[in-house]
Amino acid sequence: MSDRIFGVFGVLLAIGFAIAASQIKESFLSDSVGPKAFPYIIAVVLGLSSAVIAFRPDPEPVWPPFGQLIEILAAVVVMVLYAQFLPEAGFVIATAFAAAYLSWRLGSTILGACMTGVGTSVGIYVVFHLVLGLSLARGPLGF
Amino acid sequence: MDTLSNLADGFVIALTWQNIGLALLGCFLGTVMGALPGLGPSNGVAILIPLAFTLGLGATPSLILLTSVYYGAMYGGRISSILLNIPGDEPAMMTCLDGYPMAKKGMAGEALSLSGISSFVGAFFATWGLILLAPQLVKIALLFGPAEYFALFALAFMTLGGVSSLNQAKSAFAAALGLGLAMIGVDSQTGVPRFTFGEVHLYDGLDFLVAIVGLFALSEVFIFLENRHGEASGKGKSIVIGRLTPPMSMLKSCTPTMLRSSFVGFLAGVLPGAGASLGSFLAYSLEKRLVDKDGTFGKGDPRGVAAPEAGNNAAAGGALVPMLALGVPGSGTTAVLLAVLLSLNITPGPLLFSNNPDVVWGLIAALFIANFMLLALNIPMVGIFTRLLLVPPRVLMPIVAMVSFVGIYGISGSSFDLLVMIGFGILGWVLRKFDIPLVPIILGTLLGNAMENNLRRAITIDNGDWWTLIDSPLSIGLWIVAVIGFILPVIFARKVKSGTQRADAEGSTKD
Repeated sequence: MSDRIFGVFGVLLAIGFAIAASQIKESFLSDSVGPKAFPYIIAVVLGLSSAVIAFRPDPEPVWPPFGQLIEILAAVVVMVLYAQFLPEAGFVIATAFAAAYLSWRLGSTILGACMTGVGTSVGIYVVFHLVLGLSLARGPLGF
Repeated sequence: MDTLSNLADGFVIALTWQNIGLALLGCFLGTVMGALPGLGPSNGVAILIPLAFTLGLGATPSLILLTSVYYGAMYGGRISSILLNIPGDEPAMMTCLDGYPMAKKGMAGEALSLSGISSFVGAFFATWGLILLAPQLVKIALLFGPAEYFALFALAFMTLGGVSSLNQAKSAFAAALGLGLAMIGVDSQTGVPRFTFGEVHLYDGLDFLVAIVGLFALSEVFIFLENRHGEASGKGKSIVIGRLTPPMSMLKSCTPTMLRSSFVGFLAGVLPGAGASLGSFLAYSLEKRLVDKDGTFGKGDPRGVAAPEAGNNAAAGGALVPMLALGVPGSGTTAVLLAVLLSLNITPGPLLFSNNPDVVWGLIAALFIANFMLLALNIPMVGIFTRLLLVPPRVLMPIVAMVSFVGIYGISGSSFDLLVMIGFGILGWVLRKFDIPLVPIILGTLLGNAMENNLRRAITIDNGDWWTLIDSPLSIGLWIVAVIGFILPVIFARKVKSGTQRADAEGSTKD
């Protein structure tokens, strides 16, 4: 069933892609093929392969239980927050929090997670910034 | 003689302190990444690419670092196969079959050192194969016009699927998705924006490094989170290594196996779409047919350890041939290495050998040096790497995630790229669930624009006649191979499917 849904989604994606391709404004300076032809070819391949996936599905993949999906979703939220707050909070603080969260969710104890977080963050800061001179996001505290 | 003098020039380039240091670092990191289950050659190289850039390394040093990681990962994969019966990366899967039984018999040290030597033999001969074969392939490639290149790209996509997934529809889907992603951005020939939906960030197109790191590295983090697999694989198992030198008699009996397997592996590596996993598989199956007279394979036969290890390392070298000579990679990790070249504004392909001989020959010389370093790292010092198997993923995976973020942020300094990377991480996780191979997606995003440009150039040269794509014998030949390469697995898949169960999520990043 998953593959069928996926296939239908793929067909819709292909149609959407083709519509988006038809919206491309042609320039008056176009070559004889133009900017639309290759996207149309791609849309056809995408659509056909999705249709085949929908009609001849593989065995069902193992989906995680609902709890684990929430787990992944929460990790995504944390990463998005990390990306947003990185320039404001500075590298060391933001990274320590994000790494500690991930480590905690992978089964570390709270204390272990905090140590992993701080260790990862300071370790990367020392190796990449102080030793190798990579510029990392600077926070209000200067690191 | 020309080759030898080129090679000598290469050694002059490779033998600087910086390059030797980078090769050593790459070998060490590569072995670590290969040894740790969950990090394979393609993720390993993917994580390090952005770092190589942000450190401002030039083309040759970056390539030396990253190919050392690649070779190193091929060596490292065997360690956990032998000691824990868990392949450290995809190509090391076959090494479990005889390596783990050997370890159970108390011969772990012999198995490790023998496989180290086999890896060395495989990689050594493959590097020579690369030297001899790549310039020949370049001569053929110089005859290619835009229509032939278009056919060659199509061939790469159509054959790549054959081995990386049992379902051809899924690999075609993956390739089309990758090509579609490559279309985002301003069209290079007419200057009109395509699929940008008015978002200025997208005018430059998606940075394929962001896509690669997201698809490979971040999706791995999600897989670990999903399975809550935070404990070290080596935990609770006593790892006894024993003596680290194989007896001469064992080496002697394995020598023909190593040589044959190196040859088979190299061929598998050169063929488009095959790669190291197939190399080790073919090498093992062939040896089993040829020399397994007493039925000892699978029960701890040293030859069953030597064959796949020589095979996968030879394939790793072989896969560099089409990548360097044609600009069309034959496996997952070489696709990632292609991304390095493209980001450094170096176009791989026949012109690489005449325009940037320093890059090519410096790289080849570095491969020889790296190979000797790896032999030294992997036999006397293998104990260090076995300790690393005790590092639990709950510590390792946060580091992987954070290093990925640092690398991508270092390139552009924009949070937008980080968000795109997270998006690709989720996409990678979902696609792995559906058993959709990730390598064609990467290849699509890498080659999409080149493929389209060749198509348009070919047709424009011929005044808009689409038949020009198949009007030379060379391009017809390429198309025929492509179609056969696409259809054969469909026929064979039914046979294979009855024998194997559904590949696990690891299969999507197969090398």
